[in-house]
Amino acid sequence: MSMNNQGRPTGTGTSGFASTSGSALLPNEPLLFEIGDTEHSGVDLPDATITNARLGGFERKTALDLAGLTEPEAMRHYVRLSRLNHSIDSGMYPLGSCTMKHNPRLNEKMARLPGFADIHPLQPVSTVQGALKLMNELSHWLMTLTNTSAVALTPKAGAHGELLGMMAIKAAQDAAGQSHRRIVLVPESAHGTNPATAAFLGYSVKSIPARSDGTVDVQAVKDALSPDVAAIMLTNPNTCGLFEPQVIEIAKAVHDAGAFFYCDGANFNAIMGVVRPGDLGIDAMHINLHKTFSTPHGGGGPGAGPVVLSAALAPFAPVPFVRKGSNGLELVEHEQDQALGRITAFQGQMGMYVRALTYMLSHGGDGLAQAAQDAVLNANYIKARLGQVFSVPFPDYPTMHEALFDDSFLTGTGVTTLDFAKALIDEGFHPMTMYFPLVVHGAMLIEPTESESKQTLDRFCDVMEELALDAKAGNATRFTAAPMKAPRRRLDETRAARSPILKWERPTETLKAAE
Amino acid sequence: MTTKFTPDHEYIRVEGATGIVGITPYAQDALGDIVFVELPSVGKVLKKGDEAAVVESVKAASEIYAPVAGTVTEVNDALTGNPGLINSDPENEGWIYKIAIADAGEIDGLLDDAAYADLTK
Amino acid sequence: MRYLPHSEAERADMLGVIGVPNVDALFSAVPAQALKSFDLGLPAHSPEFLVEAHMRALAGQNHAGSDGPFFVGAGAYRHHVPATVDHLIQRSEWLTAYTPYQPEISQGTLQMLFEFQTQVAKLTGMDVANASLYDGSTGTAEAVLMARRLTKRNKIVLSGGLHPHYRDVVRAYLKDDADLECLSASPEGQGDILDHIDDQTAAIVVQTPDFYGHLRNIKAAADAAHAKGALLIVVITEVVSLGLLEAPGALGADIVVAEGQSIGNALNFGGPYLGLLATRKEFIRQMPGRICGETVDAEGQRGFVLTLSTREQHIRREKATSNICTNSGLCALAFSIHMALLGEAGFTRLARLNHANACKLADALESVPGVEVLNKTFFNEMTIRTPQPAAALIERLARRGILGGVPVSRLEPKDHSVGNLIVLAATELTTDEDIAALSSALAEELA
Repeated sequence: MSMNNQGRPTGTGTSGFASTSGSALLPNEPLLFEIGDTEHSGVDLPDATITNARLGGFERKTALDLAGLTEPEAMRHYVRLSRLNHSIDSGMYPLGSCTMKHNPRLNEKMARLPGFADIHPLQPVSTVQGALKLMNELSHWLMTLTNTSAVALTPKAGAHGELLGMMAIKAAQDAAGQSHRRIVLVPESAHGTNPATAAFLGYSVKSIPARSDGTVDVQAVKDALSPDVAAIMLTNPNTCGLFEPQVIEIAKAVHDAGAFFYCDGANFNAIMGVVRPGDLGIDAMHINLHKTFSTPHGGGGPGAGPVVLSAALAPFAPVPFVRKGSNGLELVEHEQDQALGRITAFQGQMGMYVRALTYMLSHGGDGLAQAAQDAVLNANYIKARLGQVFSVPFPDYPTMHEALFDDSFLTGTGVTTLDFAKALIDEGFHPMTMYFPLVVHGAMLIEPTESESKQTLDRFCDVMEELALDAKAGNATRFTAAPMKAPRRRLDETRAARSPILKWERPTETLKAAE
Repeated sequence: MTTKFTPDHEYIRVEGATGIVGITPYAQDALGDIVFVELPSVGKVLKKGDEAAVVESVKAASEIYAPVAGTVTEVNDALTGNPGLINSDPENEGWIYKIAIADAGEIDGLLDDAAYADLTK
Repeated sequence: MRYLPHSEAERADMLGVIGVPNVDALFSAVPAQALKSFDLGLPAHSPEFLVEAHMRALAGQNHAGSDGPFFVGAGAYRHHVPATVDHLIQRSEWLTAYTPYQPEISQGTLQMLFEFQTQVAKLTGMDVANASLYDGSTGTAEAVLMARRLTKRNKIVLSGGLHPHYRDVVRAYLKDDADLECLSASPEGQGDILDHIDDQTAAIVVQTPDFYGHLRNIKAAADAAHAKGALLIVVITEVVSLGLLEAPGALGADIVVAEGQSIGNALNFGGPYLGLLATRKEFIRQMPGRICGETVDAEGQRGFVLTLSTREQHIRREKATSNICTNSGLCALAFSIHMALLGEAGFTRLARLNHANACKLADALESVPGVEVLNKTFFNEMTIRTPQPAAALIERLARRGILGGVPVSRLEPKDHSVGNLIVLAATELTTDEDIAALSSALAEELA
């Protein structure tokens, strides 16, 4: 058995009480199933008497074996677990393409008003007029900021929005007798959801190579266009953090070929209030409310991905949507002639609509534009401050909301991009996005967002510089052994994937003892 | 017995009418720890260049293409429980599948030792 | 603006370091005709109290569940959420963290997901579960696609008891292809999906309790599907039912999809919710969505990571199992905390209380002249036939302050046979007074 420096066992299949890292205030936390049992409960409920059960003989005969905790135990378990997480509220989170901006708490407070949180998606429409007004207001803001004709609110996340946008394009082309269009153009630098979405709908994906300056060449698009192309899926600003300078020409070429322009709006936060995508010629674009409009990321969702649509695609929006009727607002819940149907039960992520609209009203049109400009300012500041030490793959254009570096500054140091990122953890920062976009070797994508002060940016840049100089000076161990101050050292992902353990099993000794 | 290579880093070791297919030591090193192998089914008929198997590392999935046309006659079931064999011994215990070669002429079009060594220099 | 830290002087300093005269210079790649070429006409920024007043005014125009007797179910259920749950999920470290891509500083989220997966596997009686999907409806579509990949067959049969929205979502995902067979609505539990299974069938999809509240025979469906080499997908929209009903895994289900909203999550007018998806161990590589697994760190300490990610879009791109990118993390957290607070003892009592109240509701409705309860079996939800069109009746009840259920015609407008049917649910929040108010109002409206 291996021993740690305090002489206690460090077994891995044991209860988890053993600890080598962390401090006295950050102990290891056992699993729920190791501290709870099936008798304890943190909820007081009367034991109902059922005289004439209607369960038809389908009653449960197997035990659930679900562990319970009393309220104080539960509070402690989840507070202690929470402290093992980094979060925006506790420090800078410069994860490129993820837009970790401040999450205002007014949004949370508003989403919890009973008039929003405690209403049912299928209660009579006459009893939820305020909710429909809210959806209408949110739609108005989204259409105004993008200069588009319609918006489908229901997608549950960005990738779901992409799916819906491409379904709308497919429906429009089917209706126009253009079903032979089977190819979707996707630039190499695209997020993985783009090709996955196109393939999901049965399209074949044709990759468009990136230019050496990190942008898409209109000529390359023209060369790839043919009567069989259904659409292009283009991210703008792109995943390298650059605004596509030829986007209007690209849109025109795509339209001239009878195809549609799907814009991945993951990076709309860089241009909100400053550039309207409708003016660039887009036909559909999803907007990640959890990136651009500050709804919380929640450890990986829930997101929300409304899709704005051009006039050409508006008739193909899914149900449900809100429309003005004779007795106030109506909710249209059933297929119109051409609509593509329904992509989720009910009305979508209402809780996120409330938060996003609260954020929009707080910022106003002027504040949203200022936020976009500050996000761009911050990214360019980082690029300017670090450009001397780090290598910039695409120096030709100012960057938008994120600064992209490659790993050539690490050549010969024995330090990888991953090592470098892990060392940042020991300095109190969440690492940047690594190895994405794929078009850059050893990419490091830094998105500070508008929420960071100059003071924080300076501290971050100082740390980055110091780390880079240290790596170049040959102190590889600081990187290869990192992180050393986090709740865990580097985790063995190979082991996790080779023999997956995906749930807790009662240890066999306990089972034997119980027999 | 000859061993030939593809530019996609598969090898095929020819034993009579059968070819034994796997990935080269260079490829396993580039991929890192292999965690899963999706094997073809025995009897599957492959054209040259068809996707025959998939090997996955933690962060990547790579298709293994058929170096020549033929029919899969046997697969290395040991990889299911121990995919790391591809890392530890890619050319022997880490073989992936055997193929009944349809057209021996296709073997000649593949890279020999020297040409593959050139490619990975 | 309260969310933006820079002063004008700081902005000027930073522009100086960058070496540009103004911020517009940073947007030089934008075609000139598209840059700030418009007046948005949107309101300017606003202090917190004014925003709050605006939102409260909108919220005030809605009839909240707590405002009166409430019997609306049909796929979303009004349950009590303990105060502890909502407090905990608003902690910064849960609320404002991202997907746990850096496991060393995300062990809170990862361990929670591992615990969540364990809870879902135990509840459903399945080997493994993923870290959640968007909701039950999209989860059902994902399960159908998964079954096609697993069986390499195409035919899918949807039970007439499946939630109509879920059916519509599957139709949209499958582009309504020729191999999708949707059985017609079965409000009385009539019609038998077992007659529709053949050797081309990839999967049958059966909901229990079904949309109309009937409990379905999962064992029989599993046996019939397996006899033809097909898979059984079980859908559950009311996850509390698993406190009293046998786990689908114990009855032969191959994939279980559930809407998890009932535990820990408010109604929220339809979202955000969370989809649960559980399956057999041998199917995990075809399972969509994020999965968390146990491992060790460099010092041998137990830890957790996202794993099996080669199935996912960011690696497989066009060959991924799904284009799904996110899970429903915070909703899964709320589910997991509420389930931990309940434990087996509390969860079972909660389910009994729901069923007991539903029994009272059914008995009361039976006694209303003209009303017929269609269910012989149910958990906490049932369907009634009334002598009048249901939609107008529900509207009249709403004017009396009673939310009396869902008229089936709202979800099945083309099926004229369901025009007089209402689906109603009772939960632990339903009181005897609520039931009395509904039955007397119904009796008056129908008199």
